[in-house]
Parts: sequence; C-alpha cells; structure tokens
Amino acid sequence: MKLAYYPGCSLEATAKEFDSSVRAVSKALDIELVEIPEWTCCGATSAHATNHKLSIGLPALTIKQIQNLGLDCVVPCSACFNRLKTTEYQMIHDAEIRQEMEKVLNFKYDGQPRVYDLLAYFVEKIGIKNISQKVQKPLKGLKIACYYGCLSVRPGHITEIDSTENPMQMDNLLKALGATPINWSYKVDCCGAGHSVSKPAMVTNLSGNILAKAREAGADAVVNSCPLCQTNLEMRRPQGEDIPVFFFTELMGLALGLPEAGNWWSKHLVDPSKVANAIQAG
Amino acid sequence: MYIITEGGPKALDLNFTKEVSKRSGEDIQACYQCQKCASGCPIAEYGEIDTNQVLRMIQFGLKDELLKSKAIWVCVGCETCGARCPNGIRIAAVMDALREMAIEEGVAPGEKDIYLFHQCFLDSVKSLGRTHEGSMLMKYKLKSGHLLEDVGVGIKMFLKGKLALFPHSVPSKTEVRRIFDWAKNKKSGN
Ligand code: SF4
Ligand code: SF4
Repeated sequence: MKLAYYPGCSLEATAKEFDSSVRAVSKALDIELVEIPEWTCCGATSAHATNHKLSIGLPALTIKQIQNLGLDCVVPCSACFNRLKTTEYQMIHDAEIRQEMEKVLNFKYDGQPRVYDLLAYFVEKIGIKNISQKVQKPLKGLKIACYYGCLSVRPGHITEIDSTENPMQMDNLLKALGATPINWSYKVDCCGAGHSVSKPAMVTNLSGNILAKAREAGADAVVNSCPLCQTNLEMRRPQGEDIPVFFFTELMGLALGLPEAGNWWSKHLVDPSKVANAIQAG
Repeated sequence: MYIITEGGPKALDLNFTKEVSKRSGEDIQACYQCQKCASGCPIAEYGEIDTNQVLRMIQFGLKDELLKSKAIWVCVGCETCGARCPNGIRIAAVMDALREMAIEEGVAPGEKDIYLFHQCFLDSVKSLGRTHEGSMLMKYKLKSGHLLEDVGVGIKMFLKGKLALFPHSVPSKTEVRRIFDWAKNKKSGN
C-alpha cells in the first residue's frame, strides 16, 4: 500500500527519531511512504497566530502537492496535521476560499479529503487487529500514560477524533501491543505548545504538571504523537523529573521487534533506554 | 453609548465588535458569560484578562484595551475553550482575529518576545520554504536579547544531530513567496 508522507520541519530536526520510527514501522506494516517532493512548511502556530491568509495559503500549497500525487497523505506531526486538515476543511466547505487558493496556486482542487493524522490512520485504516498480529515482543509490564495534547484532538469537527475530552485511539493501540495504558486526567491538556522559546517558564509549568500527573497515576513512561509536545515534555521540565517520553511509533517499533529501535533512544534529551531495555528483556 | 471604565467614561466602538465577529467567523454576541472557557484555559494565570472577559470586552467594543493586552498574545491556541463553550464559540479563532488586528493597526504587542518569535519563524519559512530551527533561533536570540537562555540545551541538541547545521531550502519556495505576497495584501480575498 502506498501513502503520501508529509514529515514537516520538526521531523527533519528536533524529532528525527519520530521520522525514522515512522518510516521503519510503516515499512514493517507493508506501507510504502512516498515523501511529498518539495513539501513546504505548514506555517505552524506562527502563521495562524498572526495572519489568517498565510495560515490557509501555506498548507494549501501542500494540499496541491498531495493532490498531484493522487494518494492519501499521512501526517505524523500534530501541529502540521491540524494546519493541513483545517485548510482542507475550509477548501471543501468554503467555495470562496477554495477559489481564492486555486487562483493563487494555479490549480483546480478536486475536493477530495486526503489528509490523515498518522495515529488515526494506523488505528482506523490499517486496524489495530492487523497491527497486533505483527507483534513480536509485547510491551508486557509497561504502564504508560497516553498523552494526546491539543492539536491532534481539537477542534473536534476538524480532527474527527473519537472524543475531545477522553480520546482512546492511542490507548487502544498501545493496549493491543501489550502495554497497560493508565487512566489519568491530563491526556488532552496543553503542554505550552509554540511558546516554548518565547515563554519558557510558563511552558515549564505546564509541561512539568503533565509529567507529574502521569507519574502520580503510576505511569513508567509517557507516550505521545507530537514533536512539539515531545520537545516541551523533554526540554521544559522541572529539575529532577526523569520520567521518559516516547513517540508512539517508537513503542510500535519495539513491539514489532524492529532492530532499528535501538538507534532511537540516543536521540532523546531524557534517556528512555532503561525503560526500553526492561521491555526488551522482559 | 458610553461605558464607565477604570479610566473614566469611554465611548464604545461597536464597529470593532462587528469586525471581530466577521474576521473570526464566530458569533460573539452568543456569549452569556458562563466562564467555562476561562476555567479550562491553561494560560489563564499568565494573561491579565480572562477568556470570558475577552468576549465581554468585545461585546462592549473595548478595542484599545484588547488590542494592547497580553492575553491575546499568551493564548496558545489550544482550543480547549472552544471545545467546551456551550454556545460553540471558538475563542481561539477570536484570539487569532484580535492579534491580526493588533498587528495591522501597529499596536505594540503586549508580549514582545512572542510576536518576535512568530516573525523569526515566518521569516525562515519565507526565505527557505521550510523552517531552519538553528538559524531561526539564533535570529530570535539576537533580536530578543535572550542570548544565554537555553545555551546548554542547544548544545545538547546539536550534539544529538537535532539541529541541522545547514538550512534545507526547497525549489517550491518561489510559490511560498507568492503566498507571502498574497497574504500581505489585505484587500484580496478575506
Ligand atoms: S464558554 Fe462560551 S458562553 Fe461561556 S463564557 Fe466562554 S465564550 Fe462565553
Ligand atoms: S485557545 Fe487560548 S484562550 Fe482558549 S483555552 Fe487555549 S490558551 Fe486559553
């Protein structure tokens, strides 16, 4: 099966381990990822926080490129997914915006939705059952806090997630891989997102709180699906906090028994290898 | 109509109310001050105006107070407020509209560093088509004066190969520039 792939800027830099685990896991699931040639930045928070037209125009360029490929597109980064999906939604539902974008970008939009959050695609299209059949090393004994954050979840009419308050996709997937997702109340709380650089103290409070609540609820590790959250949860944490944070694809890689998995841990700012090795040994 | 503010009586700018509703596409008059938005807002303690108060102030037409506020800049756009508002008002979209108006009218941003960060980020996208985190952060640090903040973490990231040394520039950046030029022009489109 072939899918278009939009990695986004973070996966080229701060979240390289997300990119490599996405590619490795997809391959193991017999998915051929076709990276969109010449993909460009979605504009992220900075575009929609300051200029409405830019926040639609930049993702629209990628939508044009996806349409040229004629494939469904998976987006691992929650922020990119949110921007691309919002633009897709607007182009489908607002004729004026669609015509404007067609004029500026010189193409004809066919109105077909093609943008998917990678986690949602795995769960809904590939299927948890199909994935669990490939498990080689179940994540036995691993208690995890599944953290969804904001942008893969809200607003619900754009993301089409199962619930904006208590989503279960990641929990169900990880459970099928053998782990034990814990119940906790902070799975959709905000980590501070794009203010990491300009308001570090605020982001440290928000991220630190999330980690503390995960630990209090008995988790060995936090699992997440967003490179921004990952950076905030690793870099913006109070001193002494040592709970590791994984990308969900990294734990999939472990469970599927992929040899590449060992290469990812050294990329983390908070070393997760103790927890990872314990699973592999167990 | 006038309203009594801390600074004395003030004429209401009801055009402002209309303009924010139009730009955001949200029905601001529907807000009945239940405060559900504010009670879930993660940054409530960092701005000087609560989320529900922002809505009230728009209804009152208190333009200057809002456009120069910190609250519109510290909003992280997490959409918690909108997901919980019983009247379906997406306050994040309202905050976007307020920030955009503040920029267009040349109002000094209530949080200078946040706006500066957005500018550095977008400059990077404009010139390369993608973000180059290394040069973008360097520019932000030079301009903001926060030179020594995060130096240790920056070095750690660099050693882990997480900050690319050279920017990755894509040929489709000419189209990206076209979008920036179009977005700058307020008159076309909406
Ligand atoms: S939740 Fe909605 S109705 Fe309630 S105060 Fe906030 S904006 Fe107004
Ligand atoms: S979108 Fe902004 S105002 Fe709404 S809850 Fe999040 S930070 Fe608060």
